[in-house]
Amino acid sequence: MSDQSEYIEQIKPFEQKNGGNNGRTVIHGIAASPGLAFGKVFVFEPKTIEISQRIVEPEEAEKEIEQVKQSIQRSEKELNKILSFTEQKIGNAKARIFEAQILILHDPDLLDQIFHRIRSERKNAETVVYAELTKIQESMLNASDPYLRERADDIGDVKHRIIRNIQQDRLFSRFKGTAIVVAKNLSPADTMLLSRNDVLGYATDMGGITSHTALLSRSLKIPAVVGLSRISRDATTGDEMILDGYSGTIVLRPNKADIDRYTEKRRRYVLFEEKLLVLRDLPAETTDGRTITLSANADLEEELDFVGFQGAEGIGLFRSESLLIGRDTFPTEDEQYEAYWLAAEKVYPHNVIIRVFDIGGDKVYPLMIEENNPFLGWRGIRILLDRPELFKTQLRALFRASTKKNVKILLPMISGVSEIAASMIHIKDVKTELREKNIPFDENVQVGAMIEIPSAAIMAKEIARMVDFLSIGTNDLIQYLLAVDRGNPTITKLFQEFHPAVLRMIQHTIDGGHKRKIHVGMCGEMAGDPIATILLVGMGIDSLSVVPSVLPEVKKIIRSINYKEAAKISRRALTMGTPEEVFDYLKRTLKTKLPDVPIG
Amino acid sequence: MIEETLIVKNQKGIHTRPAAVLVKTAAKFSSDFTIIKDGISINGKSIIGVMSLAAEEGAELTVRIEGSDEKEAFEAIKNVFERGFDED
Repeated sequence: MSDQSEYIEQIKPFEQKNGGNNGRTVIHGIAASPGLAFGKVFVFEPKTIEISQRIVEPEEAEKEIEQVKQSIQRSEKELNKILSFTEQKIGNAKARIFEAQILILHDPDLLDQIFHRIRSERKNAETVVYAELTKIQESMLNASDPYLRERADDIGDVKHRIIRNIQQDRLFSRFKGTAIVVAKNLSPADTMLLSRNDVLGYATDMGGITSHTALLSRSLKIPAVVGLSRISRDATTGDEMILDGYSGTIVLRPNKADIDRYTEKRRRYVLFEEKLLVLRDLPAETTDGRTITLSANADLEEELDFVGFQGAEGIGLFRSESLLIGRDTFPTEDEQYEAYWLAAEKVYPHNVIIRVFDIGGDKVYPLMIEENNPFLGWRGIRILLDRPELFKTQLRALFRASTKKNVKILLPMISGVSEIAASMIHIKDVKTELREKNIPFDENVQVGAMIEIPSAAIMAKEIARMVDFLSIGTNDLIQYLLAVDRGNPTITKLFQEFHPAVLRMIQHTIDGGHKRKIHVGMCGEMAGDPIATILLVGMGIDSLSVVPSVLPEVKKIIRSINYKEAAKISRRALTMGTPEEVFDYLKRTLKTKLPDVPIG
Repeated sequence: MIEETLIVKNQKGIHTRPAAVLVKTAAKFSSDFTIIKDGISINGKSIIGVMSLAAEEGAELTVRIEGSDEKEAFEAIKNVFERGFDED
């Protein structure tokens, strides 16, 4: 990766590809690293390897072997540079992946086998290196152990690197100016190397929230959206793109309205800090004195400080599955304890609501399962009740972390009362166990149920009798209620949070909880939508947990409205027949009451 | 030749990092180093081999060391297992 061996790509405006398509395209992917970006696209296309097979004369074999050795040396040099660059930029832990790749380069069995085959099969270096590493890669891909399947990528990266060096090919990792890098997939090394340019954001076809691109982008603080399926084919170098790493959306070839919206959103984030200072220490209280607990959704360690800084009243949703990011195994009880304790400590004297592992669905972690319909499958509490050891380990860690009396536990994917009853038995067992061992914990840890399945919403009153609070998860509730897969771009328009059925279901849930005198909160995206704030307050919601970036906005709205008036507005919204009617009404109301709140 | 069964003590098993520690330790000695798990034997100096064992916590591994510095090598390897691969 010395600079003279690198090819410097110029970003030319609108270089048409396959006739091109200049139309505006919006694609929803997975929000992998937060932040906003707007700029020109640079399509990163690493060359696919082409192997030219050649029979070598016996006297040439040693020359081929020498070539492999030299290529390995060059590869090691490259990896060492990436390793030290990574260490210095984002720390030792993240750099380890490259250390493992260096060890693979020196694997004695691998080298023996390669040298042996060059001599005995009389094939040239690249043919044998390719065949041998592909064989290992495939055997790992076929392994039942998910850890080994992931290691196949490391082998693949090493294979590409050695062969590129055998072919004495150049690296394409530099470009001029600023750009959003678009690629089919980015290897860890690509992600790091490209970051030496002025990268505004990463957008890839492949990858999930736990992919290396996602992990490294977060550490590099570069906004990223992954899982965009065909962005590398749709985008052309030079195209304009807006990348929203908060919502996981990209707009390719945006129109003026998109750019205005982006500019506005951007402006809001810039104004963010100033607003914070004003609002930070003020409560989220309506003009007639109704207080809403306004907390933040946060799970990554680096987000925790931020939460306190912006005046959120604690964490309303800590997704414990974030602990599984980038790992091959479930964290131990002690590891979990440390993470939960840290969160509790950071938000004290406020509370942290920790949701137990919501795995399954689109979030498949160490337990690899293949289902035809994962969203309707083995997910959340269903997995935990089937794997009591996993559940109890987590509960023990949670209770141990509760000594400051500010930890609450939230159960995901509840469909009815029996799952609560079954969960409570485990909770009771864990408490007894801790008591017997004289391990301190808070005897009164509150346990809440996530209301995200319509059946649970319908049974809200019965569920409320068994728990200490309810938390409405709108993303899944809307998806299940309207039978709309939110990840399916063809039907995005049907994912409507202002659908009258959604509104009624929320109202029913709030009323159910209030009949049993328990608190009802909301932690989905809708909780942070400024257009929904008046409606939700009017419906009687007790707490809102929102993404940190919108917190000042929502607080400002709450502080500007009168609860009685909001109740009237929500009653009227509940009589409406279509989502459009509701949306227009709420938008108009907000505009009249708070003309300076930016919407959209 | 020294042959003994060692138990993987660290909670996460021998994933990438412990495998690297083991392989780097083994590379310091000239003796041959074989690991046998469930009837499969691999070269303990090969990171690909060690990773492919996917040895979990509690796994019993037979280690076989043969060569001029086998005693020192065995002590070093045993030590790595006992330290839990410097993990926990």
